[in-house]
Amino acid sequence: MRVQVVGAGVAGLCVANELSSRGVEVSLHDTHRPPGPHACSWWAGGMLAPFCEGESAEEPVIRLGTRAASWWQKFTGAVEYKGSLVLSAKRDKNELLRFASMTRQHRWVDHLSIAELEPDLAGHIRQGLYFDSEAHLDPRVALARLVDTLASQGVVCTQEEPLSDILTIDCRGLAAKDTLADLRGVKGEMLILKNPELNISRPVRFIHPRMPLYIVPRGSGVYMLGATMIESSDRSRITARSMLELLSAAYALHPAFAESEVLEIGVDVRPAFPDNLPRIRRRGNRLFINGLYRHGYLLAPALAEMTADYILTHKQPELMDECTI
Amino acid sequence: MARFYDVDITNPLMLGTALYPSPAILKDAFKVSGAEIATVSLRREQGAGQDFWSLIKSMNLRLLPNTAGCYSVKEAVTTAYMAREVFDTPWIKLEVIGHTDTLQPEPFALVEAARILSEDGFQVFPYMTDDLVLADRLVEVGCRVLMPWGAPIGSGLGLNNVYALKTLRNYFPDIPLVVDAGIGLPSHAARAMELGFDAILLNTAVAKAQDPVKMAQAFSLAIQAGALGYQAGPMEVRDMASPSTPVIGKAWL
Repeated sequence: MRVQVVGAGVAGLCVANELSSRGVEVSLHDTHRPPGPHACSWWAGGMLAPFCEGESAEEPVIRLGTRAASWWQKFTGAVEYKGSLVLSAKRDKNELLRFASMTRQHRWVDHLSIAELEPDLAGHIRQGLYFDSEAHLDPRVALARLVDTLASQGVVCTQEEPLSDILTIDCRGLAAKDTLADLRGVKGEMLILKNPELNISRPVRFIHPRMPLYIVPRGSGVYMLGATMIESSDRSRITARSMLELLSAAYALHPAFAESEVLEIGVDVRPAFPDNLPRIRRRGNRLFINGLYRHGYLLAPALAEMTADYILTHKQPELMDECTI
Repeated sequence: MARFYDVDITNPLMLGTALYPSPAILKDAFKVSGAEIATVSLRREQGAGQDFWSLIKSMNLRLLPNTAGCYSVKEAVTTAYMAREVFDTPWIKLEVIGHTDTLQPEPFALVEAARILSEDGFQVFPYMTDDLVLADRLVEVGCRVLMPWGAPIGSGLGLNNVYALKTLRNYFPDIPLVVDAGIGLPSHAARAMELGFDAILLNTAVAKAQDPVKMAQAFSLAIQAGALGYQAGPMEVRDMASPSTPVIGKAWL
């Protein structure tokens, strides 16, 4: 069996790997060479945190997201199992209570437990939630390993146009808006900082009533700060306001962030459907996987498995909302 | 029913469009509550947020653009002009913020911006504190709707100063009054309607509820109840207990 995957972002690479590992002959097409800054998954946080996401996401995200860490570990070996911390300043205790009431699989931690988990945050923050079953990865490392795995199976990403008479899995993200009219863009802005003096080992979400922030460690003193959520398809610039908010929140979490070197500024647009849940759509010879929103790394494995099941066993995927052959 | 400038309002619940878990949930919240006026913020989504706008537009709501996040007369007036162009409406919810922590309105700049915009044909809905004299000045410069806060934006504290809100109602019987900001619970909204307010504008209390759609419905019912209560003419409170059935003649053994 032969299948073409178009789009080599996180969705396309996961599907290509899953299919290839199940013996399907795959070709991968992208107008750019993957992985790279043209795909929004390049700019992602890489948190595999289904329970934390439950604060705003609906049930399928949590359920399907719990499968992500083991998939990524199997295919890339890049997963860090360290859980996630959700913290707030003392003033914002109620925000933390709300977060706790909207999520599960967590336990409360006081300043002593926080000091044990993250010694560098000792004293600054007095209360938080610990989600010990969650994980994270470095998206760029993970994507590169997916590309390597494919290459070792003889699948190399090509810039050639896909053929029209072969089943095509369309993972182009927001570019597929040319066909999927209900797709929209949600802008995200992020920063990558370097601060070797600061040692934080797991993702930290710092809740603030106005500017929620997460920080994901990338190792060697590098931290990803994210991310804004703006109803806009503009991917051209970060605003001063967004940068100010991200940096102020980081500074509030730990004043040492003020001394960081700013390595990168990232801006991109997440593809999303109106309910912010992903979809699998079949239109003739084209199978669309799209709308992963802010859950690319969390949901791409489940979508890849569903897609492979559908192609190999015709099992109807739960997120398929359209099927015209 | 209230009349905002030349428009009759049938549902006194007005909802903001920010902070919802998804546009689909936002849509359902409007549908189930029957809210027909949506406030929209121009500052962030401008330009490239076309998809979100077309989604809101498809809901057939009356849009009330706001000048959220403006700290000066100039910013607020510029934003109002942009909003008029983008949304094709003379309505503007005028916000001029005076304090970063409390997001309290800046009363002096508010009056000045309201004057400039009213003179230019805008129909201004000023977000204001509950100050009676400020209300007078705003009406003087052309505002025909007033929107005093219940409490600071997003705080959910409810009606912080019932006396001031009552006073506004008494002094401005013919100006539509909307409680804008600070509402946290359906009972807060019911209380405002019982005071004779014409409408309630809220966002966070619905959008950040665990079940926003259910909360929107709760607010809609509470607002109806409060409005009916006001129209029905509530009894006056009194210190002396007054039994609803006579006690004289009851067996006392």
